[in-house]
Parts: sequence; structure tokens; C-alpha cells
Amino acid sequence: MIAFTLNGAPVGTDAPPTERLSETLRERLGMVGTKVGCDAGDCGACTVLLDGAAVCACLTPVARVEGRAVTTIEGETAELSRLCASFHAHGAAQCGICTPGMLLTAAELLARTAQPTAEEVEQALGGVLCRCTGYRSIIAAVVAAGGPLPAAPTDGVGASVLRLDGAAKVAGDSFGADEWPVGALVVKAVRSPHPHAAFQIGDLGPFRARPGVVTILTAADIPGRNAFSVIPPFADQPAIAASPARFRGECAALVAFEPGTDPDLTGFPITWTPLPALTTPAEAEVGDLIHPTRPGNRLIEGRVQKGDAAAALAASAHVVEGEMTTAFVEHAYIEPEAGSAWAEGETLVIRACTQAPAMDREDTAAILGLPLDRVRIIPSAVGGGFGSKLDISLQPLIGLVTLKTGRPCRMVYSRQDSMTSTTKRHPAEMRGRIGCDAQGRITGVEFEGRFNTGAYSSWGPTVANRVPVHVSGPYLTPAITARARAIHTHGPVSGAFRGFGVPQGALWQETLYDRLADKAGIDRLEFRLINALRDGDASATGQTLRAVGIHDCLTALHPHWTRALADARGQKGRGVGIASCWYGCGNTALPNPSTIRIGVSPEGEVVLHQGATDIGQGSNTVIAQIAAEALGLPLAAFRLIGPDTALTPDAGKTSASRQTFVTGRAAKAAAEALRAEILRHANAGQGATLALDGPTLIVRDRGTTARIDLARLPTNAQGHALAAEATYDPPTSPLDADGQGAPYALYGYGAQMVELLVDAALGTVKLLKITAAHDVGRAINPMLARGQIEGGIAQGIGLALMEEYLPGRTENLHDYLIPTTSDVPPIESLLIEVPDPEGPFGAKGLGEHVLIPTAPAILNAIRHATGAEITRVPALPHRVLASTRGQA
Amino acid sequence: MPDYARPDSLPKALQLLSRGGWRVLAGGTDLYPGAGSRLDGDVLDLGGLDELAGIRAGQGQGLRIGAATSWTAIATADLPPAARALQQAALQVGGRQVQNAGTIGGNLCNASPAADGVPPLLALDASVEIASPAGTRTLLLDRFLLGPRRTALGPDEVLTAILIPQAALSGRSAFVKLGTRAHLVISIAMVAARLDMDGDRITHAAVAVGACSPVAQRLPRVEAALVGPRDGAADRIPAESVAAALAPIDDVRATATYRRQAAAELVRRAVSEALA
Repeated sequence: MIAFTLNGAPVGTDAPPTERLSETLRERLGMVGTKVGCDAGDCGACTVLLDGAAVCACLTPVARVEGRAVTTIEGETAELSRLCASFHAHGAAQCGICTPGMLLTAAELLARTAQPTAEEVEQALGGVLCRCTGYRSIIAAVVAAGGPLPAAPTDGVGASVLRLDGAAKVAGDSFGADEWPVGALVVKAVRSPHPHAAFQIGDLGPFRARPGVVTILTAADIPGRNAFSVIPPFADQPAIAASPARFRGECAALVAFEPGTDPDLTGFPITWTPLPALTTPAEAEVGDLIHPTRPGNRLIEGRVQKGDAAAALAASAHVVEGEMTTAFVEHAYIEPEAGSAWAEGETLVIRACTQAPAMDREDTAAILGLPLDRVRIIPSAVGGGFGSKLDISLQPLIGLVTLKTGRPCRMVYSRQDSMTSTTKRHPAEMRGRIGCDAQGRITGVEFEGRFNTGAYSSWGPTVANRVPVHVSGPYLTPAITARARAIHTHGPVSGAFRGFGVPQGALWQETLYDRLADKAGIDRLEFRLINALRDGDASATGQTLRAVGIHDCLTALHPHWTRALADARGQKGRGVGIASCWYGCGNTALPNPSTIRIGVSPEGEVVLHQGATDIGQGSNTVIAQIAAEALGLPLAAFRLIGPDTALTPDAGKTSASRQTFVTGRAAKAAAEALRAEILRHANAGQGATLALDGPTLIVRDRGTTARIDLARLPTNAQGHALAAEATYDPPTSPLDADGQGAPYALYGYGAQMVELLVDAALGTVKLLKITAAHDVGRAINPMLARGQIEGGIAQGIGLALMEEYLPGRTENLHDYLIPTTSDVPPIESLLIEVPDPEGPFGAKGLGEHVLIPTAPAILNAIRHATGAEITRVPALPHRVLASTRGQA
Repeated sequence: MPDYARPDSLPKALQLLSRGGWRVLAGGTDLYPGAGSRLDGDVLDLGGLDELAGIRAGQGQGLRIGAATSWTAIATADLPPAARALQQAALQVGGRQVQNAGTIGGNLCNASPAADGVPPLLALDASVEIASPAGTRTLLLDRFLLGPRRTALGPDEVLTAILIPQAALSGRSAFVKLGTRAHLVISIAMVAARLDMDGDRITHAAVAVGACSPVAQRLPRVEAALVGPRDGAADRIPAESVAAALAPIDDVRATATYRRQAAAELVRRAVSEALA
């Protein structure tokens, strides 16, 4: 028995002495606020205090805490209370998975330094990774934790209402790994150690007879269709592979273990026969077919063709030609995939982290051969997604175990499971030309991109279609030929990652713009202003645009640009760079409706059935703000339900920067319909005001007051006295063979400016400041919008300077590097509001836009500082040095 | 059921160790990554040995750093300027969490080519004290580290302390580490430099480079070139002899060519910082 003090109370455990303290806390003592991100000391998520010192619980043998005091997020200390309040007030918790570790690490700092400087905070928190916030709000929250907190508004579109789920986030929210039914089996996957290998499963008898092994499942056990894709016509990916495995990390078998036994896969009877692997698109285009129906291993090609680009370039005063290569990029959310499954009567219930519950339900039902109404998906809190948790991961696997055994089960991916088996950002090889006339006006663009889409389709078609549509950038481009093809390899599956290929395309286009501006002898920002799209201009796809905000964004940066150039002048190694973005919100030329239901309960609660999964970006708050504003009742009267496929209508997936726009419009429409229903009841006019007094709904209109006794109204199937539901689907038109059409109902715009210092001797880059202007149409919640900007910038920094996923080599968070506290410089966000008539209260999407300009602005600043033209990211120090010394 | 022992004295630890088959646990920061829910096998936990923790004056003189002393304890100890490089390195081993748990002895026994503790200790002419049932022996650090993940520690031995001679506690030192990000980073290259001064003259230099060869190493030719006037010392460093002394590899962090170039620059910077 190991006895210690846990959050002030004595506890004992009979855990094995060298068990990880994180395991003991979570599994034996129920303290699931301690999050596990890597089991290797690389992320700091599991930080607890041991006699006041911050340690990784995953690296601490439980025997070491004998007789000592352990503090977790569930503990209440003076420092933790102050910090929790400050994190909440500063929007310092987005998804919340790193938050407990951040809070405890900060608590240790505050205990030794009561009023730390920002620099001290950066240093102290350097061992905790956050993938959402970009750290700046966290640093601000810790610095401010001692003082009085600002009063936050509680209502209104345009107000920085505190995150409605913020209190849960700072308390240690419940993620995929944090809840499971009693007696749940523990599921592990046998994964391919090779990028391409035939395999044979041997005699399972002896393994099955091992103590604790309950069942072993293979592809042969899948009752439905063992092929899925996020885009059903391309369904090609097995939930469990039948031989061969087509990428390293692919699941070949499942083993379910009794709880409390050692889930050890050592000795699993499987024989691997490595086969030749196609690792690059160049090899794959001439290699054996990975999927027999896809010649040249080409999944798809997207193209946009407008005017005669070749002729336009031939007649141009200035033309630049260039290439850009990018790497696999890992999403590196701190929450590895996790979830549990159980049966409720005839219904299979799956609770897991996801960005797309309705898609999970469809895919899982198809794989398991179940009718849709027998599968229920309950998203857990999601510890970061960024696109990868759109695709199913463990949902069909745990569903299968429960289906086959009749028992509840759970599965938690290791960091390596997560990194090897889930999707990546597409590596891109891009080339082409851009021309302008003597006045600097763009004449034409030729672009060709080859994208490594990995072993299976996932979002490859979306990337191939989005890139040509966006690769002009937010600039008037009279003639363009743009083609992007997605090529299968035996690499990890490339899927959705914040921007669907557009960030890669922008790296190519925006760096060429700088060279072209120089050639034309025009200031780089001025050059972009000359070409910035304006209302009434036609896009590359021939769509007439409105509410175009890029001119405003660039104009807002102008004074900063002038100041920054003056600051850098004559300073060795100093550089300033700029880049723009635009991004169409919602699916590309495809329907993507959202439905929202709002009711008023007999008790006088406004119940918002909110099916948009909040992966940290803030839809729980933003959708509620929109609904409250449109309904005319305070947020405090609202109760949120869902997401849950049994309780919430389909609000689509959290992707494509669509939730604020599309689900926001549905929420606004539903709230307006409910308001109309209420006004009808009260026989009141549009200008009436509403109020709730317990179960009484009070409607005041021009001096008259009507009282609706909610308890006396009949209730509907959901138990609501009054209710409304509305669906919104953005109006788009299909793209024709030349990629012409109106693929998106609205676009968001932005531009960012980077100031940096290049160390000429080492090739290292020190970012000094990033100024970001983003046209959000209408900032429903400015604090959340700034949080998106800062987090997107941090991922853009990673893309530009350090992130490169190499299968078999960087499958952990110490070889795969993402930015830490001191890698993200101060960020100044300028929120530009050019309302779009299609958006709710004028709002546009923002989530992906914010990442797009960062990396090209960094490369442009490096070029400004050194003259080096970097054509391959990440710009690791050795690449920067080689480039500055002409050794590229 | 695997065995676990947490002896409360060194003799008991040595007695247990002589049985063989143990994994020796110090801070745990290198043992746990890659493990399952717990460490496999029989584990001998050195955490109960108070005599292994802490820094004190060595016998007669010099410094004796207990092998189980944490990086945080080293960073916050009151040490002479000669040990500043070691203290700077202590603040760059992983994050705060790893510094609170990880030990200097574990860092040496793990024998990573990129161990942050090694260059500063080489520049301090450190030895290690090793105990076994047969008694105690000391070994120069560069004799202890044999290669990547290889040391001279016998199966029945415990690394008990790091010993720094009084003569090496003179002068001033600096540590510079190069990585691709600011915190939590495995070094591309790192350098520790310690300089003895007599007025405006450098009378003795100790320079060590890590992550650029199978084991971090001193650079005698560079050290010799540094002896002389303080002014222009950094410019006297022969870049080609830095490069020639090293045997770096290409890996995910950097190329060998780059490591050679960067190491020469880091040596200059460490020297300049030690002189500042």
C-alpha cells in the first residue's frame, strides 16, 4: 500500500510501485483531470505538483509519492483558484486539454515568484505544449493572475462573452479518455510496422488463451462494408486492413483485454512481409498501383482555367517563376484519440473525440452493417482537432468490439498510435509562373501542384479542388491555369488540416508575389493593394464577389508596415514580410447544411440543441450568442444540449471554417422562428421585448405586457413548451470542367505582417512580432476571434520553421517539434469587419484563414532580411543557412 | 510479479544490485518514455538514498554533486562562476517538469550524445565516483562515457557522485545550446566554455562540444589557441579545427555539414559569453 496526501486528503493505493503516477491517479483514484498527452515528458499535459514541485505524472513512479503531497487540478489552492479565474477571463483555455498542466505549472511558478514577468512565465511554462492558443493568452493570464480581473460582458453579438464551457475547461474537462462504463474492456490495435507489407495472421489460439484476452478481431470480423472515406464515392480505407497494409501504422487487428489486466500485444501472431513502398509522388506516378482503379496512382486532379494564362504571361512586363515544397505536417493536438463504446438496448453508443458526429455515425453504421438509427455518437470534449478528427479513427473499432462481445469497451491511442495512424497535412510540390504589367497589375498565373495524398483518399479530393480555386490569392487575376493533383503513396493518409492545402498554395503564391513586386519596383504591400480584389470583381472561378475585405486588411497593416520597415532599416538580420489570405467558408461547391433546434422548457429555460462540435474554437459560445441575440433573451437563460446524434439535429462538421457562418445562420433562423412563435402567442409586434421570470415568459410591446405561462402549454416530443428548428445551407453552384462557378457563399480575408531577426551565422530565426489583420465580417466574440488568430499563427510558425513528419522517425513530440511558449512572438490582432450579407449578423468564418498567411510572411521576411529564397519548408536552421550562403 | 526495491542506504543498494537483473531508476525521465503503464522488469529505485542527493564541498576541496541531484537543485545552488555553464545547461534540460525530476547522474548514465549535462562537466574536468561492493573508484568523465548509450558502469555498480576538482572551479564559464525551438528541444549542437583569466589574459581554456560526435568532447586545439590576450580571443578560434575534431551525423534535426559550421560559431559565442 502506497500512502500519500492527494489534494489535502490522505489516500492509499495498491498500485504496482513503478506504475506511472498518471495511471494511478486516473485509473485507480478517479482523478481524470490529469491529462495524458505523450507518456514521455514531451508535452507536460500530465503535470501535477509533488510537494509543490511541478513534475510530469507520466514520468513519476507512484512509489515516489509515498508520504508526500500530490496536487492535481482537482485540488484547491490559492494559486490555482486565482489562475483558473484568470485563464477563464483571458480566454486562455481553448480546447482545454493542456489547461490542467498549464495551471499546475503556473501554480508552481506563482508559489516561488508571486508576480512573474512575461519572460519568467514563458520560461516556466516552456515544458507544456499547447496547440490551440499560441500561448499569448496563457502568458497574459498568468501575469495577470494576481490582480483584479476585468468584468466581462454577459450578452450581445460583438461582445467578448466568456466561453460558456470555460469553467469546465479550467477544471479539467471530460475528454475522450476520461469517461468509460464500469467493466469496459481495453482495446489495443496491432499496427503495421512497414509502409507496405503483406501480412498473415497465425494461429490465434494460444494468444486468445492468454489471461485477460477477451477477443481478437480482424478484417474478417467486420460485418458491414470495410471501406470508408469522408467523401463516400471515394471509400477505400479499411477500418481494419486485410493484407496488405498500405501505410505504417495501419490497423491490422484488434485485441480486447479485460480491465485490470496488462494489455500487452507482445507476441501477437502476425507475420509481416515487407513489400516495395512508394514513398514519393514521383515514384508513385510511375509505380505499381496502390488502388487498381486509379491509374498513375492519381486520386483526382482539380483545375481552374480562366482566360489564356500562357498568352498573358508572354505579354507581361514582368514574370517570375518558382517552386515550393512542403512536408507532411502532423496536427499534434495534445489529446490522442480516445473513446468508449457501450450498448443501450439495440443502440450502439460511441462516446469519442470528434469533429463530425453525424459523419462518424454514417461511417460507423456502414462499417458495422447497422442501420443508422442503431448508432448514437456522443462527442466528448475534444482536445484539439484541426481537421484530423473529421475522419473516423477508433469509432468503428470500439463499436466492433462492443458489437461482437456485447460488452462496453474503451480505447486510448498512444501518442505513436495517434501520430502514425491518423491524417496529415498534404506534402506539396508546387511550381509555376506569375506575371504583371508595368504598373504592377497581375496579368496571369500558371500553377501546377502535386500533393502526396498517402495511402487512402480521405480529404485528398477536397485539397485538390480547393487549391486551384484559391491559388490566385485574394487578388484580381484575369487569366489563370491552375491544376492540383493528389497522388497516392504508401505514406500516411493525408487529409484535412486547417486550410485544406490552401496554406501550401499560399506559400508558393505569396513568396512569388514578393519577387514580382521587387521586379516591378513596387513596395510589397503596395503591390498587394494594387491587386487586391474589390467588390464586384470576378474571382478565378468567375464568381462575382461582394463584401471583399482584403483591401481593408492591407490598409489596416499599412501604418504598421511603414513603422516596421523603418525599424528594420540598417539593422543586420532584421526582416519584414507580409502575406495575405482568402478562404471560402463551407464545402466546395457542395451542400453542407446545418440544423439548429431551440426550445423553451416548461420551467422557463431556453434549450439550445447545439450540434456543432466545439473543438476549442468556441462554437458553444458563438452559436449561443447568435441565438440569444436573435431571440431577444439573455444568454443566462440558455442551457446547451449536445452535441449528441440522439439529441441534436445535424449541424454538420466542424471544418471548412463553417460553424460560425453556416450553423450560425441556422441558429439565427431558428431563434427568429422561435421569437415569431412567441410573439404570435402574445399577439405582439416585432419590436416587443422578451423576459423570463421562472416559468413565465413576459412579452412587453408598446406598453402592454403579456405573460405566457410556459407550464400550461402542451410540450412537444423534446419536452419543450415552445420550439423552433431551422436549417441553413449556403447557396453555391457546382464548378464546371474549367473550375468555373460559385463554390462558396462567402469568403473571409486577411493579411499578416511578420517582423523577425535572422541569425546569419546559425540560420536560426527569431520572430519579433506578428501583426494580423483579419476581415471577420462581424466579430461575434472578439476575444474568441483573437484566440483563433493567435492559435492559427502558432501553427503557421510551425509549418514555416520546424514541423516535418517523417514516418518512422518523428513519431513522438520530441522529434516532431511544435512551437513552445517562446517560439510565438507578441501578436497584435486587428479585427476588420466588412459584413457579408450572407453571414449571421454579417459574420464570416475565420478558423483556417488565420494560419494561411503566417508561413509565407515568415519566408518573405527571411528573404527581406537575407536575400535568401527559401523554397522548402520547414525552414530548419540548416536549410536557412544553406540558402543564405547559396548552398541550397 | 516484478520486483521493486527502494533501499535506504548505499550498502543495501549495492547488496541488492549484486543479485543482478535490475533496472536502476533515478529521476525516471529517461526510463519512462517508451514504457507501458509501468516500468517492466525488476526496478531498483535509488530515490531513497539521501547520500546521493545534494551538492557539497568535496573531500578537501572541489565540489561533490550527488548523482541523484536534480537539475533544478543544480540551477538554484550557490555555485562559483566556473559552474555557470552547468547551471545554464540545467535550465535547458527538457522543461521545468523534467528539471525537477531528472538527475545529473541519470543524464550521464543514459549516455545520449546530446546529453545537456556533459559539455559543462567536461569543461569542469569532472570525474565520476562509482561505488560497488568492492569499494569506490573514480573515473574521468571522458573515460566513463564510451559511446551512445554506453558507459563504463558495471552491472554491480552505482554512479554515486560527480566530482569537480578545485582547480577547475576557477574562471568563468558559459553554455550555449542550439535547437530548432526555444524550449523542450534536443540539441543540434551545444558548447560549454570555461576560461581562466589573469588580468586581460586567458591563461587556460576548457571547451567542450556536444551532439556533434558519439560522445561530447573537449577541443584541445581550440583551447590552446584561446590562451593569450582576452581581446580577439573569439577570433583566434580556428573554425577548421573545430570542424575537424567533430564527427557529426545527419539526422532529422540538422545535417552534419551544418553541425560543423554551427559548432564553430557556438564555440565563439560561448567564449564571448564567458568573457562578458
